[in-house]
Amino acid sequence: MTTAVPASSAGASSAASPDRAARTQSPFWRNMRKFADNRLALASGVVVLLFVVMAVAAPLIAPHDPNATDLFRRLQPPAWMAGGEWAYPLGCDALGRDILSRIIYGARISIFIGTAVILVATTIGILAGLAAGYLRGWVDTAISRLVDILLAFPYLIFAIGLMAMMGPGLSNIVIALAYKEWVIPCRVVRGETLAAREMEYVEAARALGAGRARIMWREILPNILSPVVVVSTIRMANVIILEASLSFLGLGVQPPTASWGSMVADGRAFMLEAWWVSTFPGLAILLLVLSLNVASQGLRDAFDPKFHD
Amino acid sequence: MTLGKFIERLAQLVPVLLGVSLIVFLMMSLTPGDPVEIMLGDQHVTPEQEQALRHDLGLDRPPHERFLVFIGNALQGDFGTSFYHRRPVGEVIAERLPATIELTLVAMILALVTAIPLGVLAAVKKSTIFDKASTVGSLLGVSMPHFWFGILLLMLFAVHLHWLPVAGRIDYEYQVEPITHLLLVDSLLRGNIAAFGNALSHIILPALTLGLAMGAILMRVTRTSMLEVMRADYVRFAEAKGLARHRILFRHALKNALIPTVTVAALETGTLLGGNMIVETIFGWPGLGRLVVESIFQRNYPLVQAAVLFYAVTYVMLNFLADILYTILNPRVKL
Amino acid sequence: MTTTTLPRPDTAAGDRPEPVLSVRDLRTAFKTSHGIVRAVSGVSLDVYPGECLGVVGESGSGKSVTFASVMGLVKKPGWVEDGEILYRGRDLTRLSDRELRALRGKDIAMTMQDALTALNPALTVGEQILEVLRAHADDLPRGRAGRAEARRRAVEMLDLVGIPSPADRLNEYPHQFSGGMRQRIMIAIALACRPRLLIADEPTTALDVTIQAQVLELIADIRARLGMSVVLITHDLGVVAEHCDRVVVMYAGQVVETGPTRAVISDPKHPYTQGLLDSIPRLSDLSHPIRPIQGQVPELIDLPPECRFIGRCPKRTPDCRTGIDMRPAGPGRAARCILVGEETEA
Repeated sequence: MTTAVPASSAGASSAASPDRAARTQSPFWRNMRKFADNRLALASGVVVLLFVVMAVAAPLIAPHDPNATDLFRRLQPPAWMAGGEWAYPLGCDALGRDILSRIIYGARISIFIGTAVILVATTIGILAGLAAGYLRGWVDTAISRLVDILLAFPYLIFAIGLMAMMGPGLSNIVIALAYKEWVIPCRVVRGETLAAREMEYVEAARALGAGRARIMWREILPNILSPVVVVSTIRMANVIILEASLSFLGLGVQPPTASWGSMVADGRAFMLEAWWVSTFPGLAILLLVLSLNVASQGLRDAFDPKFHD
Repeated sequence: MTLGKFIERLAQLVPVLLGVSLIVFLMMSLTPGDPVEIMLGDQHVTPEQEQALRHDLGLDRPPHERFLVFIGNALQGDFGTSFYHRRPVGEVIAERLPATIELTLVAMILALVTAIPLGVLAAVKKSTIFDKASTVGSLLGVSMPHFWFGILLLMLFAVHLHWLPVAGRIDYEYQVEPITHLLLVDSLLRGNIAAFGNALSHIILPALTLGLAMGAILMRVTRTSMLEVMRADYVRFAEAKGLARHRILFRHALKNALIPTVTVAALETGTLLGGNMIVETIFGWPGLGRLVVESIFQRNYPLVQAAVLFYAVTYVMLNFLADILYTILNPRVKL
Repeated sequence: MTTTTLPRPDTAAGDRPEPVLSVRDLRTAFKTSHGIVRAVSGVSLDVYPGECLGVVGESGSGKSVTFASVMGLVKKPGWVEDGEILYRGRDLTRLSDRELRALRGKDIAMTMQDALTALNPALTVGEQILEVLRAHADDLPRGRAGRAEARRRAVEMLDLVGIPSPADRLNEYPHQFSGGMRQRIMIAIALACRPRLLIADEPTTALDVTIQAQVLELIADIRARLGMSVVLITHDLGVVAEHCDRVVVMYAGQVVETGPTRAVISDPKHPYTQGLLDSIPRLSDLSHPIRPIQGQVPELIDLPPECRFIGRCPKRTPDCRTGIDMRPAGPGRAARCILVGEETEA
């Protein structure tokens, strides 16, 4: 990353230096160092990375085929309990499938959907936000109206409504969540752009005869990227919970594909005799989401000292 | 705030509500599958009968006309017929609504009465063990998936310890003649303490599950804004006046610190409304949320459509109310 | 009681009455990530009954922290390390929170720099003035009669500071008043319990010039009527020249010069005071060049014992490295400079 410079959240970008070289690199890396100094946030970042590695390398790590059923191992308890064995450390579900392997494969779904939704939403949000904030006029009015209307829907209800219409499936989840998610980066980008367009470096570029597209893309965007990155990591945690909620309700990923949300739902029928079926996948969600939240808070503190208590 | 300003603000809601209705309408129109076929199911009908039904439902008209009809009907409370119940959708929703309202209110109250004092305490005891514990607690609360937390509570308190009931709103042996249709209120009004206790024992776990995330967020917001307010000049001036500590804390600081809390509380009701679907599903709560989830699997689209519209309109109105409350709390803002 | 009947504090030392407030060798520090900042290091000063004392210095001179210490308003990470703060003979540093609270707002009152931020935006003006009366009025009867009496006093006070039709405006919020009116309201609140000592912290900084003059007139007028003492904290020697009987000049956490205002201004003994005077534009003599003091206040962490002004002083000598205490410099005067002694000898 060569161009990102943090702007304070209120939009008063401090980096108004006309010297491009001075604007590039250093503040971003200074903030990243500040982030690294925050040990708890750094540790959380490492946990998130571990989950990513787990998702990518699932076939190499998982001890068993996540979909291999074995009715002799139906509801087998975790290894440390009577009747458990270390080959199936977290026990088995009602179809005798290895819970650990399913959790490892389930990370793929959570992380894929989290990343895909955030990427799609952020791309749309940046484009719409830049257009609204820089072009103003009817473009801004139209985009802002749409944003207001989408914000009027409670998130999960909107997603459930869409999923009900489109039917379950991986790509449908991404679409259903991105439909509303883009509003958030869009609002951030619009606000930052409104502030940035009055900045000296933008006026300097205008005076030098740079076109609108060039100014938006080369001058404004690099300077407002930091808050967008921070918001995206915060939102990622939310998207992962939403996906798990949809899957829990049976509106998400369809069986037999392992997804944490649907694994928790599977365990509901066996609460009395097999607590582990629901508990461990839920724990995985909690751990990933918690790590994302802590890490993103660290990022936010590093990039925007105003948020410090 | 003057009445004129109030009406002006109310009028600003109209385009938003229209947009919301349009999106809900589009959601349903773009649904794959023919509603008439779904409605008829396995019944054998002649093509003429099918055509008549299509005409009755207005499905043979162009989309923009259908949207106008949809809005017109919605304004009259007519959302069509529930395929599954074979009754008007509005009626079915109205039947299930009180249970959802009761659950949401209790969750909200639970969140507010725990989050605000804890947030204030964390701010006052900043950097102590209590403050750090509350930070960890609120982070956990925010990161916890609703549905999992609910199941953990259910497993522990209902299934294993048998302290609280597993599902439902009240046990069958209790009869409460409805007044407000909120069981907790009605049982008290009727003086039926046993029924009240039973209803309370049913609502604790779902309300706790539903309110957890909101409580965690509100606590965080209260703490942050309280810390900010306590650095304000007017708090210093209040100290220089020699006022008692509780007066400075609650009258000078908290009144200002609550302004952001109220705003966030209104925004978070959106999460609460969405959370209803999950919590009601887990705890077998006979409310609107569970009805919607069931209807999705029954492909009962008119009901889903009406419910999504209802939730969105409710959310818009709640935010509007929060705006009004905000101006009451904050005399500087003139609407 | 009016000020004219009181002996002028700048007369011979023997005639002086007991001071209302006497600060002795006060030290206040703040813990920061860079080290311990000694914001106030060994300040001594007196405030006499009925006088107006000006306390002058740049920001960072410790003038506000000194009086925050007097009010007991220094908060973590700051604390009063050492020294005595004697109010009518009682050492405030030894009082409990409760005893201090009873004193604050009743005996010693304070106004803040900016009334806009000092008044609570969410409470009515009436509530903000009534609460201070209720907190301190031991003489108010209980119940309805007490409330009526408190209200009467509040209205009287608002009237005294020049708020038109005060009774009607008790239910209004601060933002409904103009800037000058807000400043007056803040003064009314501070004076509601008729304190003996008013500490006015930068009362004019946030105001425009015409209102500045009005507010200072108001304070002077009320001081005369109530016979109280006033400490005027400011960075503006012009304000001091016009309104204060005596002046204390502070620099880098220490008092560097003190004495009767007229004497100090006509013949400053400390190069810093000289510098402050040179940096004020003079209407009477437009040819007089404005010379701002070069350099900056030193950081107050781990300072060597040398004179703290040494880095910026035009008259510095090698002897200034040893540091120096306050030296007498004429009737009622003292300054912290080695040149003072030499001058007298010469």
